[in-house]
Amino acid sequence: MAPLASHAYDLLLAGALLWLAWQATHAADLFRSVISFIVFGLLMALAWIRLDAPDIALAEAAIGAGVTGALLLSALGRLTSAPAEKPAATRRWPGTIAVLALAATVLALLGAAAWQLPAPGLGDAVAGHMPRAGVDNPVTGVLLNFRAFDTLLEIGVLLLAVVAIWSLGPTPEPLVPAIPSPALPALGRMLWPMFVLATFYLLWRGTHAPGGAFQAGAVLGAGGILVILAGARPWLTGEDNGPWRWLLSLGVVTMLLAALSTTLIGQRFFEYPESAAAGVILVLEITAAISIAMLLFAAYLNGQPPARWRGYPHS
Amino acid sequence: MMLYLLLASGLFLIGCHGLFASEGMLRKLLALNVLSSAVFLAFVTIARMSDPLDPVPHAIVLTGLVVTVSTTAVALAIVIRLAAGGSDLSRGRREEDE
Repeated sequence: MAPLASHAYDLLLAGALLWLAWQATHAADLFRSVISFIVFGLLMALAWIRLDAPDIALAEAAIGAGVTGALLLSALGRLTSAPAEKPAATRRWPGTIAVLALAATVLALLGAAAWQLPAPGLGDAVAGHMPRAGVDNPVTGVLLNFRAFDTLLEIGVLLLAVVAIWSLGPTPEPLVPAIPSPALPALGRMLWPMFVLATFYLLWRGTHAPGGAFQAGAVLGAGGILVILAGARPWLTGEDNGPWRWLLSLGVVTMLLAALSTTLIGQRFFEYPESAAAGVILVLEITAAISIAMLLFAAYLNGQPPARWRGYPHS
Repeated sequence: MMLYLLLASGLFLIGCHGLFASEGMLRKLLALNVLSSAVFLAFVTIARMSDPLDPVPHAIVLTGLVVTVSTTAVALAIVIRLAAGGSDLSRGRREEDE
């Protein structure tokens, strides 16, 4: 792209993002806020592409815009009969100025901290170790080999979130707030195979190109949500000691097993033997993707699913 | 790249203002999401400026996205129950009330 056009594109994107962020946090109508936020997520995906971060762009499109959007719309549907929230911008200038001053101070401090970050970053270190990582995509290498501990904790946070949601009580009735369009059921059923296909593709791609367990899991989870909106009953049930609980914790359990077995054979925590790294990462990716999909889907149900769905009002 | 740092700063200010000044939990939650997007954006822009491209922030932002969606999901589940009145019986049944 010519430099001028590319600058214009960046400027347009930045302007749109700022405007949508303002709408999302300050529009009088909550529905408008939520839709603005979903579009904000989609445009953020474009910004990630511009910053050479395709892995994040894929995840943002699936998680940021897709799953978060579905969560927000579903919550909005359940809140509509609650008393209307007051418009956000009650214009009290002293308060606004105080908040902005506080925000600017925090921003300046964070900026100063970011300025002092070690300059070249870890790009060289990662590039130097990539031949031993067992995969070709540096981001997957960092996620599941060099810094696998972070990933373990992250799937742990997701599991913890679902445990917290289940502990709040059973899934509210009805399962889906309202069927928004008569075309949705047919479309949802038709699209489901495409979601499965995209999931496998992203998973397979993750070893050598942008993609991987997170994106694949997010796409599968979003597909599950769409199928529920289309009128299907979920398989996922919440009975005690049921098989679904094992599936939800599959990702964390496999990662812990991998980490502990490396210490048993005399390596350090999460230090895979070089020859087995590719296989271990593949297993971790598949189990993590399954778990992430199930966990995101479970989060959408807003509570502990019943032991059986028969007799549960759908919408 | 300067543009993206400015964009991150702008989003940060909007997010902070929304988080503290707006009323209504759902809107505060949206502001929190905008705020985390601003932080991710600054992080990845800094990674982009280093040579060679630093993949570690990319991996950490991916982690951050999943943590953000977890936070949002838990917060929404709580907001729904607050609006429904809190008691076990009224959950999901939308009563008038608060």
